[in-house]
Amino acid sequence: MIPELGQFALVLAALVALAQSTVPLIGAARGNSRWMALGSSAAIMQCVLILLAFAILAYEHVVSDFTVENVVQNSFAAMPLLYKITGVWGNHEGSMLLWVMILSIYGMLIAVFGGNLPRALKARVLAVQGMIGLGFLGFILATSDPFNRIIDPPVDGEGLNPLLQDPGLAFHPPFLYLGYVGFSVAFSFAVAALIEGRVDPAWARWVRPWTLAAWSALTLGVAMGSWWAYYTLGWGGWWGWDPVENASLMPWLAGTALLHSAIVVEKRDALKSWTILLSILTFSLSLIGTFLVRSGLTTSVHSFALDPRRGIFVLGLLVAATGGALTLYAIRAPSLKMGGLFHPISREGGLVLNNLLLTTMCATVFIGTLYPLFLNALTGKTVSVGPPFFNFCCQLLTPLLVAAMGVGPLLAWKRGDLLGALGRLKFAAAASVIIALAVYYLRSGGPVLAIPALICGLWLIGSALAEVADRVRLFAIPLSHSFARAVALPRSAWGMVLAHAGLGVVIIGMTGTALWTEERIQAMAPGDSVELAGYQVQLQSVGPVKGPNYDAERATFVVTDHGRLVDTLAAERRTVHPQEQAVTNIGIRTNFFADIYAAVGEPDPAKPGAYVTRLYHHPLVPWIWVGAVIMVFGGIVSLTDRRLRIGAPTRRPVGLPDAALTAE
Amino acid sequence: MRRFIFLAPVLVFVGLVVYFATPLLRGTDPSIIPSPLIDKPVPAFDLPPLPGYQKGLSSADLKGRVQIVNIFASWCVPCRAEAPALMALKQMDIPIRGIDQKDRPEDALEYLKELGDPYVSIGMDIDRKVSIDWGAYGAPETFIVDAEGRIRYKQAAPITQDDIDDTILPLLKKLTAQ
Repeated sequence: MIPELGQFALVLAALVALAQSTVPLIGAARGNSRWMALGSSAAIMQCVLILLAFAILAYEHVVSDFTVENVVQNSFAAMPLLYKITGVWGNHEGSMLLWVMILSIYGMLIAVFGGNLPRALKARVLAVQGMIGLGFLGFILATSDPFNRIIDPPVDGEGLNPLLQDPGLAFHPPFLYLGYVGFSVAFSFAVAALIEGRVDPAWARWVRPWTLAAWSALTLGVAMGSWWAYYTLGWGGWWGWDPVENASLMPWLAGTALLHSAIVVEKRDALKSWTILLSILTFSLSLIGTFLVRSGLTTSVHSFALDPRRGIFVLGLLVAATGGALTLYAIRAPSLKMGGLFHPISREGGLVLNNLLLTTMCATVFIGTLYPLFLNALTGKTVSVGPPFFNFCCQLLTPLLVAAMGVGPLLAWKRGDLLGALGRLKFAAAASVIIALAVYYLRSGGPVLAIPALICGLWLIGSALAEVADRVRLFAIPLSHSFARAVALPRSAWGMVLAHAGLGVVIIGMTGTALWTEERIQAMAPGDSVELAGYQVQLQSVGPVKGPNYDAERATFVVTDHGRLVDTLAAERRTVHPQEQAVTNIGIRTNFFADIYAAVGEPDPAKPGAYVTRLYHHPLVPWIWVGAVIMVFGGIVSLTDRRLRIGAPTRRPVGLPDAALTAE
Repeated sequence: MRRFIFLAPVLVFVGLVVYFATPLLRGTDPSIIPSPLIDKPVPAFDLPPLPGYQKGLSSADLKGRVQIVNIFASWCVPCRAEAPALMALKQMDIPIRGIDQKDRPEDALEYLKELGDPYVSIGMDIDRKVSIDWGAYGAPETFIVDAEGRIRYKQAAPITQDDIDDTILPLLKKLTAQ
């Protein structure tokens, strides 16, 4: 009975979404305020119904109701409670339900907090949100019903994929979806603006917090995914340019561009149609992210849905959303009023350069990911584009982006003083070069590429600090005055500084691990020891251990530094029940500047008693995730900016909406 | 001209959709990776038998008549699903050779006892090296090898009765007639 209630709630939610996507739109066109107001109540109702359905599915998983197919396939009675709960979205049906749940929460938030939006704009935004909700609810009900029952219920379930039984991956999808789906708000605002025919600074000020929130969540989601890959997959890498990883990177790149171009619309009333286009593209790339994973179009470790019917449905949604929005764009965007003019050397110019570079990177990743599919469609050949292509392109574009990120914030709006900005950055530039050379010297060499890469990272941190020093007039006025100025700086300025410096930390982390990693792969018997980056790593023992739902062989490694004990590491090779799937569990010792990483593999058939072991020394790798967290923190700080919290944006009164459409 | 710039995104999008939708709508399964080994001779190999068995499997065994080669493992759940289909082929006196991939011998023996042994002979591929030479990226995978020892067909999925009726038997007939 309870699962049927969940299904019923989903059907009702779809009907509410149908009303939400039509009535307010007609109301807005006719100026009928009661019809427009329906949007808000429908959005709240839709959210309540979907939350109910999700709660029911979670309940079914927690109580292990094996009459529900989804529970049977993804849970089993002896599994820890945490994974019973996260197992709700550790499968196709549940993760789609999570997707629409997050969508409906965003819709509800617009309805509740959008009190200061003009009524017609709010009604149109909610209608577009309703259409997206309707599409995905239809998808769930037609192809992926999570509440399907089984006629002949088994005694126990099949268990959750052991790879997903991990805290890092358990919370990766919710954050990823918070990001993906969060861009739907920018999309809805863009489509609503195209229907209305006007974009102004107030519009950008509404769009920016949503984009910022989505960007922060997506940054965290992507970082969690790569962290998970690093510590569970056992190959010592953290990014493989896997199609599914790329699918999350593309919306991130486009979303980052959107975040910046929205600033130009807000401050200078320029780049309007470009920002609209980016809003559409960012959400479309999020949909493609969903589509790539869900359709089985690319096969990869991550995909757990291989059903062409679903692929066609998601493709249909993508065509309707993106195709519809882009058609609307083609019709309406040419008549958007041109905005303020600016000199190429200016804050706006810097942001335009940033947008060009970010979209080029995004296009590169897009082509690299989909080129194999293109080629397959054209010639039937199966190829794969490897990491070298992506690495090459990123190494080419990143220094340009990084240089612009340092200089841009110091340029003035409209017309900037490049020499003046560079003058204020001379200390940052000198410091980053000196530190990079010093680090290179202390590491006693390595690839020369490390020097420019380190300079990039250090330059970002240094220029962010220089930006703050400049704004608080450090050393130019008494320190206490500087401190008072620092406190008074807008939170959005601090957010920018943190996010830029965070990326610098990430780049340093990437450099360390990409260029200075030491790797030892060998067969080791207990007692054998190996030299790794100046440490001695000895395999002490290998023995069986028993976990709640697995049996494992645990290898214990002792790490010493010239006879001094550093740490003992335990690595396991687990066989998880009931799937009997082998999973590696890594031993990691980190001191923030480097990780020692140990994995144990199969017994070596050639050498009795010996096991294949993989030992890595990863310098600076923790900085990747520390930097990502700093970036997310920057996003959150910026979100708390006074202007976004209470600065109720007001629109300049304009007679008819069409008045804005006339000028070209 | 200015209008065209705004029209470009939707045109590019339509182009992309046409490209990607075609294989989906044609029903080609993108997960099927064609084997480059089709029509090539089988890789040279020599695998030892299971404990207690007389014969292992080597490339020399695959000459002289049309045969099926099946890669399996006791730990592989889909292999269990296709076991009845393989037994049905055995009933029809079709020779099937097995490559037991990455398996413990005692588990493999238990598996054959439980589900029946459809194989003429089985080679133990403990380190998966031979399976990789065959271009196999999982289990089960099934190949049809002609009398000259060339791979003529590959299926990277469990065999069903439909596969036997629609693909395997007609191909075996054709190859035997050659």
